[in-house]
Amino acid sequence: MTTPILQAQSLKKIFTRDGQSDFLAVDGVSFDISAGECVGLIGESGSGKSTVANMIARLLDSTEGRILLDGEDVTDAEARKIFRTVQMIFQSPQESFDPRRTLGDGIGESLLNVGQSRAEVREEVGRLLEAVGLSPGFAERYPHEVSGGQCQRAAIARAIAIEPKLLICDEATSALDVTVQAEIVALLLRLMRERGMACLFICHDIALAQDFCDRLLVMHKGKIVEEGTPDEIIQSPKQAYTKMLIESVL
Amino acid sequence: MTAEPTVREAIVHKSGGKARLYIFGAAAILLIVGALFSESLCPYDPYLQNLDVALQQPSAAHIFGTDRYGRDMLSRVIAGSRASIFSTFLLVAIITVVGTAVGVFCGWARGRADDLLMRVSDLCLAFPGLVFALAVAGILGGGLHNAVLALAAISWPKYARIARSQTLAVRETTYLKAAMLAGCSTTQLIVKHILPNIAGPILVTAMLDIGTMMMELAGLSFLGLGAKPPTAEWGSMMSETRGLLQTVPWAVFAPGVAIFVAVMAFNLLGDAVRDYMDPKMRGR
Ligand SMILES: Nc1ncnc2c1ncn2[C@@H]1O[C@H](COP(=O)(O)OP(=O)(O)O)[C@@H](O)[C@H]1O
Ligand SMILES: [Mg+2]
Repeated sequence: MTTPILQAQSLKKIFTRDGQSDFLAVDGVSFDISAGECVGLIGESGSGKSTVANMIARLLDSTEGRILLDGEDVTDAEARKIFRTVQMIFQSPQESFDPRRTLGDGIGESLLNVGQSRAEVREEVGRLLEAVGLSPGFAERYPHEVSGGQCQRAAIARAIAIEPKLLICDEATSALDVTVQAEIVALLLRLMRERGMACLFICHDIALAQDFCDRLLVMHKGKIVEEGTPDEIIQSPKQAYTKMLIESVL
Repeated sequence: MTAEPTVREAIVHKSGGKARLYIFGAAAILLIVGALFSESLCPYDPYLQNLDVALQQPSAAHIFGTDRYGRDMLSRVIAGSRASIFSTFLLVAIITVVGTAVGVFCGWARGRADDLLMRVSDLCLAFPGLVFALAVAGILGGGLHNAVLALAAISWPKYARIARSQTLAVRETTYLKAAMLAGCSTTQLIVKHILPNIAGPILVTAMLDIGTMMMELAGLSFLGLGAKPPTAEWGSMMSETRGLLQTVPWAVFAPGVAIFVAVMAFNLLGDAVRDYMDPKMRGR
């Protein structure tokens, strides 16, 4: 068997907050993602999904547990050590771009940081913008000068620029209008098939995850309470919580 | 904020504060250019003593009169602008750079070094600034450079506070996370993403501080801890001539008015810049 792209082993996160009791946000989460596989992580708001995502992307330290990328232990690595392998798309597109820099600067930043020349990067940014359905002129725009959907397309261009093996989408469509949402989901699906990226698709809408994912993980209060293919989970949910999630959208 | 703008708001902010920005900006530029070319602007040599014309009343030949050595006061006020304005700029530049560097470091590193530096800055902020500066200038000895150092030593914490809180805010933003995931080093994160995003409030504070610092420098010079005679500097000129207040008041008033005008111009410019940078005021 080949090594999975991602192995998360007993991840735990305790937030210590001044003047309040410690808060156990993630409690022993384990799962693997194989190359090219799309795994959905669903659960209501506050169940700890973003915390899991941030720990995997090394934007947040885990309290316990191990993270392996391509079999290599990166539990304590910095984000800049793993960014070639893992990229992330965030919930609010406008806030994910530096307000003082153009979209093109943001999209090309990782390429500059791996040593490409400015001219190469400029060309590549043009190609990436085209791949996500934007005209090359968007490279010169600032995040507040484009719509949410356009900005999220730019964020997708940024995430795929470095050709990561694993793309984490943390509620990448939640902040968008329903019609735009569908376009973005279609775009993500196409890009993942074309480029063979694996994906950790986080969302609170089980219907959306159902179309998108090969496998679903249901998260509740920091724990994974159920796991299976979308069909298994939707047709015969074992947990009352999962039933509730399904009923809330269907 | 109320929906109905008050009359004052309507007048002051009718053009989003832009008119004020231009007027006081022009006044400040005039003062700076004047200070730059002060040598060629002086009608007389500001250091030339001529006891034949000592203590003259203001006249066409000597608009601000002359002092007890017969030096033309107008020339001395013009010549003094260089020391007063440029040493203030130097001072504000030092505290802005030092304070920002300390603040960004604290906000980024957090932990022990942050605690320590912030206690030091609390101490500085709690202490009456001019008293501390007096003590430091007293230890270092007089001279304009030492006065600048003394005031810098007590004035940087305000900037450190602002830079620290702004850095803490920016490090929590999504765009900083995205930059980390673009492979940026700490230096790149600070230079490319944090500094440009925290520069606004810091620069506004610096603009507003120019007037205050000019007063404090003049104050130290007045007390004999700044510029030394015969150097033309507004504070020390007032000190030199203060004994003549009852007989030849113009010799005291001339540098006094100069300080007043310059401080006002820079303060009003600072206000205008602050309002202009405030997005709520813009585009009104
Ligand atoms: N930095 C933090 N400090 C303290 N508590 C946090 C922090 N980040 C998240 N939490 C808490 O952890 C829980 C899980 O948050 P999150 O992972 O964002 O949930 P989700 O993405 O599933 O909505 C929430 O209850 C949230 O309040
Ligand atoms: Mg979340």
